[in-house]
Amino acid sequence: MNKRKRNIIAFFIFLGVILISNLVRFDLGIRVGENFYIFAKDMVLILPPAFILIGLFDVWISRERVEKSLGDKSGFTKYIYAILLAATTVGGTFVAFPLANSLYHKGAGYDTIITYVTSASLFMIPMSLMEASILGVPFTLLRLGSSIPLIIISANVLKFYLNKHEYILPKVE
Amino acid sequence: MKYLYIITGLTLIVSYFKDKNKTKKGIQKGWKKFNKILPKYLMLLMVISLVLLISEDFIVQNLSHGNKYLGMFASVVIGSITMMPGFIAYPLAGILLEKGATYMVLGGFVSSLMLVGVVTYPIEKEYFGKRATIIRNIFGFAISIGIALSIGIFYGEVFI
Repeated sequence: MNKRKRNIIAFFIFLGVILISNLVRFDLGIRVGENFYIFAKDMVLILPPAFILIGLFDVWISRERVEKSLGDKSGFTKYIYAILLAATTVGGTFVAFPLANSLYHKGAGYDTIITYVTSASLFMIPMSLMEASILGVPFTLLRLGSSIPLIIISANVLKFYLNKHEYILPKVE
Repeated sequence: MKYLYIITGLTLIVSYFKDKNKTKKGIQKGWKKFNKILPKYLMLLMVISLVLLISEDFIVQNLSHGNKYLGMFASVVIGSITMMPGFIAYPLAGILLEKGATYMVLGGFVSSLMLVGVVTYPIEKEYFGKRATIIRNIFGFAISIGIALSIGIFYGEVFI
């Protein structure tokens, strides 16, 4: 049995356990089920349209265009693009990982995609608004302000390291 | 979320009128990618549901007091292991604040929550490969500590 099948079977067993827990009022199982629902709901809604967009991106956007705006030849603006794209990516890293992979294979540099993925996990507009309302505007501004230089510096260090080792990201068809 | 659907819908319509075949190919490509990674996402869902069991009380107990540097380090470690959506994480951070947690601890916690993904490793590995994933997460850990310290300095919790 391959890994894929094993994962899917494990998942259905997991669903079965949650269902039975709810029937027999097994508290721990019910709590796991509630946690599951929180994430599953988002994933079911977000992933299908996100992957359609990634597929359309693959067929429509030319390599030259990505290279020009996000590749090694473009200047500092590529980081701004990457951060803006990250702030508006719905679904955070779940969507950012596959999109970053597509961008890379279209000619975006390591520094750009790493800036993108890292930013996507640190600030998304709806999340940051929520953060500001609970922890205060200064907290959020400070967190964003201090993270941007750290993100760009570390993305460049990583890029240097990965290029030196001639590292190539796996191609996901 | 609503916007995601509006944008996807509009893109599909424009794409369809520009080139029917290309649109079809794009959807197929996207679907293929989705289908390939789906079992990994399902596993991730299972792991997260279990990891979230330990979190809330444990986090409140461990992060709301004690040595501030140790607390900050603990917050980054806990944030790295767990993963939660913003609408749970931020109210939790609000509770921590009320219970006396420092801003530095909160900064470390909310940053590393998404930035360092121990549970998302299987998915990240598919797209970034093992080596890049591991290094990126180590850097993420360092960035979270950097953010926490900057916040600590600003709020006067760390003296330099």
